[in-house]
Amino acid sequence: MLRFVLRRLVQVIPTLLLLSLLVFAWLRSLPGGPASAFLGDRATPQRIAELNRILGLDQPVLVQYWRFLVRVASGDFGTSTITGEPVLAEIGRALPATIELSLAALVIAVVLGIPLGYVAAQYRGRPLDVTTVIGTLIGVAVPVFFLGYLLKSVFAVQLGWFPPSGRQAVDVDATNVTGFAVLDGFLTQEWDASLDALSHLVLPAVALATIPLAVIVRITRASVLDVLGSDFVRTANSKGLSPSTVRGRHVLRNALLPVSTTIGLQVGLLLAGAVLTEKVFVWGGIGTLLAGAIEQRDYPRLQALLLLGALVYVLVNLLVDLSYAIIDPRVRLS
Amino acid sequence: MTVTWAQRRKARLDDLSAGRSLTSEAFRRLRREPAAIAGAVIVGLFVVVAALAPLIAPHGAAETFPQLQENLRPGAIPGPQDGFPLGSDQLGRDFFSRVILAAQQTLLVGVLATLIGLVVGIVIGTVAGAFGGWVDTLLMRITDVLLAIPSLLLAISVAALAASPSQTTVIIAVAIVGVPIFARLLRGSMLAQRESDHVVAATSLGVKRSAVVLRHMLPNAIGPVIVQATLTLATSILDAAALSFLGLGDADPARAEWGLMLAQAQTYLDVRPALAFYPAAAIIVVALGFTLLGESLREAIDPKGRR
Repeated sequence: MLRFVLRRLVQVIPTLLLLSLLVFAWLRSLPGGPASAFLGDRATPQRIAELNRILGLDQPVLVQYWRFLVRVASGDFGTSTITGEPVLAEIGRALPATIELSLAALVIAVVLGIPLGYVAAQYRGRPLDVTTVIGTLIGVAVPVFFLGYLLKSVFAVQLGWFPPSGRQAVDVDATNVTGFAVLDGFLTQEWDASLDALSHLVLPAVALATIPLAVIVRITRASVLDVLGSDFVRTANSKGLSPSTVRGRHVLRNALLPVSTTIGLQVGLLLAGAVLTEKVFVWGGIGTLLAGAIEQRDYPRLQALLLLGALVYVLVNLLVDLSYAIIDPRVRLS
Repeated sequence: MTVTWAQRRKARLDDLSAGRSLTSEAFRRLRREPAAIAGAVIVGLFVVVAALAPLIAPHGAAETFPQLQENLRPGAIPGPQDGFPLGSDQLGRDFFSRVILAAQQTLLVGVLATLIGLVVGIVIGTVAGAFGGWVDTLLMRITDVLLAIPSLLLAISVAALAASPSQTTVIIAVAIVGVPIFARLLRGSMLAQRESDHVVAATSLGVKRSAVVLRHMLPNAIGPVIVQATLTLATSILDAAALSFLGLGDADPARAEWGLMLAQAQTYLDVRPALAFYPAAAIIVVALGFTLLGESLREAIDPKGRR
């Protein structure tokens, strides 16, 4: 197990190196070069030349790439051109918000998706199944940001059931411990703060959950159908095992392997979806940082987000591979 | 959908009258699939509307009307009235005409982006799959890196490179997202082809290598890629809409395009929701059409589905 993890981690390195090369090339191909991009409106020929010297852009390309690598490896992504703050500090502060939102969305998608997909498969071809399948097709086709605004308009503005934006009401006196608003409320036993954070979480999480939910339902349904038709399920049934045993031990366990892969792949979608959802709900997480970076062309921040986003994605997929071994004992890690 | 005994027998008899090619059999199955028909009808309808848009739309996309503009206030946008079946947009233009004309622009972006991604992906996949060795390793490493970046994030970073956002940058950004997917898919099925009997036969008959690759391997390997392209059309349109929403789309307000219209309409959602609903519905339905078509295509060409 440990050797497998180590080997996979080593395999990640060339991918990350290539990615860094890509980002490096990306930075160099910025309009007018990095210097004028970093300086923005303040760019003058003298300043560009000076910054080029400071940034080492007058050095050979290979030297530049090496320096870039060393800098990035030590966690130095430069300072944001918007706030003047170190990018990594900004990201660290925004991260809990996005993790909270993504986790909530993932929980909704998994908790609803697996049973829905399972039930749809059981009633294959009946109205319930057809409705579910059509629903999933539409779910994937709805632009996330439109759904976000729709939810906000109906449930926040018109019905007033949920707050329209933000993570916590201003008048709630919440203590910041971990940065996870709901968790902090629990830790400090400030239940009103927790509840308030939770009510803020509902609409964005639902908006963000739709696409992963639709995907999980479809994969679960297809996978369960596949397993239901297999010989060992027929055998289990004919042995006279109770339906619940067949369901839990034979069908679900075997059907969940492709589903777990899909859940891992959703993390990328969640990250992308968070950019859109956070903008709609003024969430103040990674997505908000990214949207701001795009609007104001904050390249150091963009570059850091791109590299870290890919790193998270790669690591999550490693975790998914590991989870295979737990779900399916037949899978030997090697 | 219960299949009667008579239908099943007929299907078997059909199969027994052998000699059907994979393609013709796939089409035969497609014609019986309601989802495929629905998808084809939707896509066909949108293509017709897009092609005839200038004839259907009574007004131009950028044309403003004083009779609409004078009723334009913060908090009020004129609704449907004589000559303007869907009312005004936020700038006093004919909303109906814009929705119709947008079909052209939106499909253009989606189709061009997918096509560019497809062509580049096919070239990379063919080269990797046909040559193998270090070329293959190198190309696949690069596609792996591209795949390691969540797709919208990749599109965003490409689009953000442009000094000023335009339709071209959106198309290129969305196209790049598709490249690694197409390349990987094609390379996989090319590898399977390399070992197959007909390729070995062609090679041993002394057919030139380029001919083996282009005439024997590629046509047999490209099926899954075409299916993926159909599905990618849907995501391309959605990705382009997302880029518009983030302010990375074409900034030209005169251009009618559903993603851009939807993004702009968010501000007026509480004033006149119709401004958001029509473009949103159009995007959802057209994406649904491509998805239905792609999914049924996938099932139709799947050899496991042959019965």
